[in-house]
Amino acid sequence: MSDTTDTGPVLAADGTPLKRSLRRAIRAQKLRALALIAPLLIFVLVTFIAPIADMLFRSVENQIVSNTLPNTVATLNDWDGTGETLPGDQTFEALFYDMFLAAESKRHTRLGSRLNYEQAGISSMFRTSGRNVDEVGEDQVEALEDLNDAWSDETFWFTMMSGPDDAPKASDIVADQRERLAKLNQSGFGGEVGFAPSQEIADLLPRTVRAYTAFAVFTAIADEDVVAEEEPWEAVKVALIEDLRAGADLSGYQGAGAEELRAAQAGLADQPEIDYKQAFIDMNEDWANLENWKTIKMYAPPFTAGYFLNAIDLQKTPEGFRPRPENEQIYIMLFQRTLFMSLVIMGSCILLGYPVAYLLATLPSRSANLLMILVLLPFWTSLLVRTSAWKVMLQQQGVINDTLVWLGLVNDAGRLVMINNQFGTIVAMTHILLPFMILPMYSVMSTIPQTYVRAARSLGATNWTSFWRVYFPQSVPGIGAGSILVFILAIGYYITPEIVGGTTGTFISNRIAYHISSSLNWGLAAALGSILLFAVLILYWAYDKIVGIDNVKLG
Amino acid sequence: MTITITEPKPITFAAPVAGLAGAFAGLLVGTAHDNPLLGLAIGFVLTAALAFVWLGVFRHERIARWVTFIAAGTGGYLLAGAMGALIGLLFGWLIGWFIFWLGEGRYRAKLPPYTTAQQVFYHFAFRVLCGLIFFFLITPIVVVMPLSFNAENFFTFTPEMLRLDPAGYSLKHYKDFFTNDDWQQAMWNSISIAPVATMLSVGFGTLAAIGLSDEHVPFRRAIMTILISPMIVPLIISAAGMYFFYSRLGLQGTYWGVVLAHAALGIPFVIITVTATLVGFDRSLTRAAANMGANPVTTFFRVQMPLILPGVISGGLFAFITSFDEVVVVLFVGSAGQKTLPWQMFTGLREQISPTILAVATMLVIISIMLLTTVEMLRRRSERLRGLSPG
Amino acid sequence: MKLTTTLLATTALTVAAVSAHAQDMANSLTLVSWGGAYQNSQQKAYVEPYLANNPDVTITWDESSAEAVAKLRAMDEAGNVTWDLVDVVASDAMRLCDEGLAMELDHDEMLAAAPDGTSASDDFGDLIVSDCFVPQIVYSTTFGYRTDMVPEGTEPPSSVCDVFDLETYPGKRALQKRPIDNMEWALYCDGVEKGDIYDVLGTDEGVDRALAKLDTIKDQVVWWSAGAETPQLLADGEVFMGSTFNGRLFSAIAEQDQPIAMMWDMQSFDLDGWIVPAGLPEDRLARVMDFLSFATDTQRLADQAAYISYGPARASSAPLVGQHAELGIDMAPHMPTDPANATNVHIYDYEWWADNRDDLDAKFQSWLAN
Repeated sequence: MSDTTDTGPVLAADGTPLKRSLRRAIRAQKLRALALIAPLLIFVLVTFIAPIADMLFRSVENQIVSNTLPNTVATLNDWDGTGETLPGDQTFEALFYDMFLAAESKRHTRLGSRLNYEQAGISSMFRTSGRNVDEVGEDQVEALEDLNDAWSDETFWFTMMSGPDDAPKASDIVADQRERLAKLNQSGFGGEVGFAPSQEIADLLPRTVRAYTAFAVFTAIADEDVVAEEEPWEAVKVALIEDLRAGADLSGYQGAGAEELRAAQAGLADQPEIDYKQAFIDMNEDWANLENWKTIKMYAPPFTAGYFLNAIDLQKTPEGFRPRPENEQIYIMLFQRTLFMSLVIMGSCILLGYPVAYLLATLPSRSANLLMILVLLPFWTSLLVRTSAWKVMLQQQGVINDTLVWLGLVNDAGRLVMINNQFGTIVAMTHILLPFMILPMYSVMSTIPQTYVRAARSLGATNWTSFWRVYFPQSVPGIGAGSILVFILAIGYYITPEIVGGTTGTFISNRIAYHISSSLNWGLAAALGSILLFAVLILYWAYDKIVGIDNVKLG
Repeated sequence: MTITITEPKPITFAAPVAGLAGAFAGLLVGTAHDNPLLGLAIGFVLTAALAFVWLGVFRHERIARWVTFIAAGTGGYLLAGAMGALIGLLFGWLIGWFIFWLGEGRYRAKLPPYTTAQQVFYHFAFRVLCGLIFFFLITPIVVVMPLSFNAENFFTFTPEMLRLDPAGYSLKHYKDFFTNDDWQQAMWNSISIAPVATMLSVGFGTLAAIGLSDEHVPFRRAIMTILISPMIVPLIISAAGMYFFYSRLGLQGTYWGVVLAHAALGIPFVIITVTATLVGFDRSLTRAAANMGANPVTTFFRVQMPLILPGVISGGLFAFITSFDEVVVVLFVGSAGQKTLPWQMFTGLREQISPTILAVATMLVIISIMLLTTVEMLRRRSERLRGLSPG
Repeated sequence: MKLTTTLLATTALTVAAVSAHAQDMANSLTLVSWGGAYQNSQQKAYVEPYLANNPDVTITWDESSAEAVAKLRAMDEAGNVTWDLVDVVASDAMRLCDEGLAMELDHDEMLAAAPDGTSASDDFGDLIVSDCFVPQIVYSTTFGYRTDMVPEGTEPPSSVCDVFDLETYPGKRALQKRPIDNMEWALYCDGVEKGDIYDVLGTDEGVDRALAKLDTIKDQVVWWSAGAETPQLLADGEVFMGSTFNGRLFSAIAEQDQPIAMMWDMQSFDLDGWIVPAGLPEDRLARVMDFLSFATDTQRLADQAAYISYGPARASSAPLVGQHAELGIDMAPHMPTDPANATNVHIYDYEWWADNRDDLDAKFQSWLAN
């Protein structure tokens, strides 16, 4: 149409270069395709991928220690966890405030259960201490309250801590404590506190103000009470005693409660120091156990490899990674068993599936379709129906044993044990997964022309040679596809081993379920799950390489 | 195509072979009466003699087979009552057929004439092997059915049942299913969860499969992997992940939580089946439609949809059965209000083992057969529409 | 002032406020229990009478007591508790209370007093093992055996140690798939004094010793995880003897007429009761309290014993325990607490197990799997 000698780009009808126009068309097509995919992709990402990512995260997440005992953990940084001495008094003092708040929030036992996974006995150490932590410094607090009734008076405390209305306020302390409590309680902790300490008192009595602010935030938000109407915790009073002992300079202070503070500082001078370490050891002697402290220090960081180590029968010690005691090792064995049994199941599926697939592929299509129904019926039948059927078949008073006894092949006392062991799991799962082997094999075999085998035979090959050298190599992709599919499905099975597996026929999945619903060790469940998932993804990758996901066929 | 030559075989071949089959049956009867060897011998002699008579002396197939059938039934009844009669009849019918199948040489009817005797033997040995495997596949499912009519609360065949005594059978487990609130509730939950989950999977899945069939889609592989993943990831991992995550979103223990979880699990099936039908889809059809002025929506509903509909429906059935049959995820994500049939069966299997489970199982098998038939018909229709197979 | 008291005060206020406005109560109630005969006894003894008085209330059962702690923890993480009242064993109640997942209750304030005026806390007495726990029943884990499978010429088994005696009593045994109770029985039968069991079990040698004892019968054991399995296994003749909850054995023996007999020796006592999940909204809490007070009164607890052979937790209920609702047999001799049955009992140490459960469980599972 235009000048043929022009070497410029070919133009489309509207005058734009054809290349660009094509590119634009393809881009539009691409966008339209993506727009079609996007809703589902988002749906799957939100309802499926995000939950799995979230669960995998639990296998390394360990913020509970630093959230529950933030100050203790901070002081432990200075403690050398390899020596023979307990952490210093400073740590025990920090532990007191941490523990007090944790006990009020009822979070200390969760930490106890968490650490108990690593060191037996920590659970009760935290439980008993949480119950008695308000008795630390009892004598001193009593002495303080004896000096003046005001120390038990909520209004007095509130006025003293708030200062005059127009005084500058230390709102950052409220924000700090709010954040701390939010972390501890794993909830928002938003809302009106109705209290802010005055800057003056905060400078003067830093510990007291921190403790009182924590109390105030907790009272206002968790308990939904009015701060000014509640008597402060023992921990606030202990903090005050420590502030006064530390030599708070009250001489210049003229605000509310100045008299009482000065009197208290003078009156408490002859009281003995609060011995936090001894107090904790009195609560539970395990606090004097070095191992427990080492465990706390070791699991202080917000992320841990501990669960993964546990999942492969290792443990973290100050000396590095060590195998767990032999009588506690179980997971490697379970993984091995899962792999081994999945392989056996896969093998039996190949052995049973190959002849059937071959028969289906070589029969005329009318009979093949009929027989196909026999393969598809189990495939379509509820998994639980098939599992219960195997229970009916395999138990000692079951159909197979009854038949054998009736035929006289075994006597009544010698009924075979075929259930609640590996045999039961293997038989039932072979049956359940067999269609997944036959279908891919069949779809490959039905594309192999029969003429090849006939040609081989007419050239003088025996039955066996013509099968083994001509037919079999062409059917290998089908075996590969079926095997990987069966293996992937087998390795993650849960229901069937649970019902027919007993103790020796269970899989790693059963252990994961146990940790989720019974032992509550969710981190370990997540770690075991991650390892299993990783194995499956590798298999999936192999499947994609060999077969291609596009070529998966169902029915 | 094959030239079929069926010619009568000598009695010296047919009688001993039939005798072997009889010997096997005799062995079974013999062991049951504590004398296997005698049973073996009697079985062999009786059957061989029978074959000799029918093939050599009185060669009237119809009459001979009827006589064998009834005689064996009577023999069975005398030996072991009603159940024995049933087995005897079955055996009589089989052996009558077998004798003439051998004697008339019918077994060679479908084999090429040049096959050697050894090849014939292998051929049938292979068939028998396959038969055993099919037996393995089907028996457990079939066995469940009579047990569901058990009059007792056992999972095993009672002596009354084996005697075919009507007193040994009852419909009480079916009655229990239809009157027990737990089972009814479970059934309603299943019925209200599965279709909604299916609609979600099918709706999203079909659109995405159409998008994915475009070869210009970037990251096609990665997207496909993500969409297929619910089928690949072990259920226990999916269940655990959803349990924690849905708890956080407040979806755990709610109807929608279970529906969303099941929809996610059903999606790969829809993607796979719809993608498969789209492989053979001729894109020029949509172009032609567009050329004639149809807008994309009309094109989709009038041209594309009818062609991929069989794939969509069979994908939907897969998604439905996935949800209807799913237990691991619902155990974790659901709570009492969402207890489905499989869940009720699972607790039943672990706790109170009652044949009501088997009654439910039987009904589910029948539903499966109906669904299977539907899928099979759809598949044929689809192949016909796409011209992949003749009529 | 501690959180506990504050909480108690608030709830007491709520309850008081609610009794004035009965119409503020939610009309649905989700109860969590164990399923089976036990749940049925609760249905008959408390739920049906309650529904008769309150026809517009709907009650949903959830048979999730076995996973109650896990599920409550997940619900708490989500801030969306869907359960109203949860039936758990004492150790789980303590665990839930410790973690703040169960509400602390003032037993006298919220529960009905005994007919003679004894306060609820005195009536329940020591059985209130946790502030969050309202006990319902005392049950025990004990053994039953097939009477027709006892070898001829031998006495029927009468001691827990007969479980470990394969020579005199050959046959399969059903044991629970957990270390609790099994380890103690093993040590006891290995010659450890009853009072020393936990001291011995606290050492590595003690654990090995218990497992070695269990090893002697390991290949004859069927491990169960749900209470209904042992009665089923016994009824099918799959095992000769097995441990389970005494009420399950009672229904197999008395209601289903199976050839099974009880063996009360070293029965392991435990408690089962209600907890109220923490953080329920007011209208639901009001309904829960209304139901709870009804369901745990003296008469209701005594009624429950007409359906299952568990001892009522209230002292005042014991004299009211009558006959089985359908069979008309006296229930008292079938109670684990009956003096004739309780000559040698094992009382399992909640605290000790709370500390050592994870460790021993790992060892036990590893032993099982090998």
